Amino acid sequence: MVTLTIDGQVVTVPADYTVLEAAEAAGIRIPRLCYLKDVSQTGSCRVCVVEIGGRLQAACVFPVSEGLEVKTNTPMVRESRRTTVELLLSNHPQDCLTCLRNQTCELQKLAQELNIRQVSFEGERTHFPIDLSSPSIIRDPNKCILCRRCISVCSEIQGVDILAARERGFDTVVSPAWQEELANTACTNCGQCVLVCPVGALTEQDDTEKVWAALADPDTHVVVQTAPAVRVTLGEEFGLEPGTVVTGKMITALRRLGFDAVFDTDFSADLTIMEEANELLQRLNDGGKLPMITSCSPGWIKFIEHQFPSLLDHLSTCKSPQQMFGALAKTYYPRKVGLDPAKIVTVSIMPCTAKKFEAERPEMRSSGYQDVDIVLTVRELARMIKEAGIDFVNLPDGEYDAPMGISTGAGLIFGATGGVMEAALRTAYEVVTGKTLAKLDFTDVRGLEGIKEASVDLDGTVLKVAVAHGLGNARKVMELIQQGKAEYHFIEIMACPGGCIGGGGQPIPTSTEIRQKRIEGIYAADRDMPLRKSHENPAIKVLYEEFLGEPLGEMSHKLLHTSYTPRLKYRTAAPCKDQEQLAGNA
Amino acid sequence: MEAANKGCCCQSMKAQDERYQKLADIIARYAGQPGALIPVLHQAQEVFGYLPNDVQVLIAEGLDVPLSEVDGVITFYSLFTSQPRGKYTIGVCMGTACYVKGAAAVLEELKQQLGIDVNGTSADGLFTLEVTRCVGACGLAPVMNIGDDVYGRLKPEDIREILDKYIQAERQADA
Repeated sequence: MVTLTIDGQVVTVPADYTVLEAAEAAGIRIPRLCYLKDVSQTGSCRVCVVEIGGRLQAACVFPVSEGLEVKTNTPMVRESRRTTVELLLSNHPQDCLTCLRNQTCELQKLAQELNIRQVSFEGERTHFPIDLSSPSIIRDPNKCILCRRCISVCSEIQGVDILAARERGFDTVVSPAWQEELANTACTNCGQCVLVCPVGALTEQDDTEKVWAALADPDTHVVVQTAPAVRVTLGEEFGLEPGTVVTGKMITALRRLGFDAVFDTDFSADLTIMEEANELLQRLNDGGKLPMITSCSPGWIKFIEHQFPSLLDHLSTCKSPQQMFGALAKTYYPRKVGLDPAKIVTVSIMPCTAKKFEAERPEMRSSGYQDVDIVLTVRELARMIKEAGIDFVNLPDGEYDAPMGISTGAGLIFGATGGVMEAALRTAYEVVTGKTLAKLDFTDVRGLEGIKEASVDLDGTVLKVAVAHGLGNARKVMELIQQGKAEYHFIEIMACPGGCIGGGGQPIPTSTEIRQKRIEGIYAADRDMPLRKSHENPAIKVLYEEFLGEPLGEMSHKLLHTSYTPRLKYRTAAPCKDQEQLAGNA
Repeated sequence: MEAANKGCCCQSMKAQDERYQKLADIIARYAGQPGALIPVLHQAQEVFGYLPNDVQVLIAEGLDVPLSEVDGVITFYSLFTSQPRGKYTIGVCMGTACYVKGAAAVLEELKQQLGIDVNGTSADGLFTLEVTRCVGACGLAPVMNIGDDVYGRLKPEDIREILDKYIQAERQADA
């Protein structure tokens, strides 16, 4: 521990603290912009400057030391911070009123906090093309303030390294290599960059207008599915604490928006478990490819397709719950209720930007139509609820529609890292042993540790499992498999840190503390469910009896399973062009 | 993107091209060393004359550095170029003395004669046109250099003859 003085207050903090952390411990908030706990600590924006020994230092990177004297609120400090922010504003589009990040923008908030009433500098503005190529993410470099948080998250946490700073000085732009459009890169669409962007430079593709149009069309039957992780985060958009379970209010809001049927992705998550647990048992019995890896997370799927295309046969062939739902919503459901599947529009509410890409994959049309028509993130749904004037916090609780709204706690915990594994173990154990599980909670696979391991005794057969979340951790596990050192039977991988509760489509901000609270919300909701094992879901039993037959059966294979596409890590068309050019010159 | 999955259309050409062997040797010499990127880019540019995209990919993979970082470093330093360059670089001095003595008209004549803009490369691959800051030969203003040769007290009407000298030399070398 070291003792220092901040604004006259004597503070004792651990020796590895920065001045910014020490100030926070003393209840002093230093304004900041590029700094983001657990993500970015580059000291590049100079907003967090403080006075130390008569000089300005960036508090977010300046280490504490014994006897240090820090002043956070002097004329020099205030002047410097204001000038810094004014310079940022001089090259920033002043279109706050129509910006997607209006009122959630950190630059806007900072300008208000520092009492900036005019921008003294009139300068040149950058004019970069806006990248609309990805179905998931929009990149508008003109709004970028070069804080580099997105670069940190893309490289250090996700290990995908798509974004970097290129060129220099005024021409500097955060971009994929060669100014490539996102859709032409190995970007996984995970959207972690969107979560950390302080301004509107990285945002989700907004598909709310498509949903309004479908809801307004009297000839369509619009069904909606809500992903497990949405019910513990949507409340945050309306001022509720992270982790507050708002399932009932969300259902009522969706009905008031005009959806014809409100269903639950938890239903198809239960179905995923039925298929996936049986696939695992089949691979164990028949000497199939092991370890088998989960396939629910579309960011993870695109990651393995680009980065480890030779290991695709480790993936479970199960579609994700979103896509299983979509395939059934246009086959089983219309047959059951007597509707024309051509008139059904399926909308998903997802914690995820990558789900937008997944829905558009050419493989995802096994109903004969695009199985999932429109995907909304939690943020987009919140905007629709606000636009419709619905007083969300005071809504009465609603209930999901049958049959595709009936689910168990096992489907629900898909929303947190380790949840798919735990749900699969609950079912696999009982299917294999024929015994009832004494304790349903597999706590070894829960929590925010990057890679978790567990082993479960299935009556003599010891099943070794691992769980990884965040693509940086996924890469570590895949390298073990590549080296033949992964002695697991089954691995769960989620692209986003914390799993879907930390997805790129979740409310902003999403921090480690907020992830933890959302996870607690998920497990609390699981505890409250009357049924907590997928194979006990009565609607799933009926689905197999009436329509699918049996897990891994012919109908399941047609509708619920898929294949994967090896993809290149880099686009190589350009090098070929260069070669042709050289050949032409010779 | 997927269409190119079968591998690069120029694989066979690469195998025959000894420059790629040189590149592999350079990468092998530096692989695993911290701070290897800049010296490798430097030497690769000496081999190829510029840093085409496939060379960037080979360096990224060989040194285990993200391609976005390779591209970031190349675009940060004006020394590196990802565009093919002419055999000779023409630098027209735009320092104060040269400018006052008519460098702009000299530059204009070069653009006309070569049919390119500043930073462009002529269609025959012989010349890349650049402007420079003061080269310290103000007594000879206006000045340009072509490769290591310096030309002073230039007038626009001198340009054609100077360029022809290089073009003739090239033709003789070919013959």
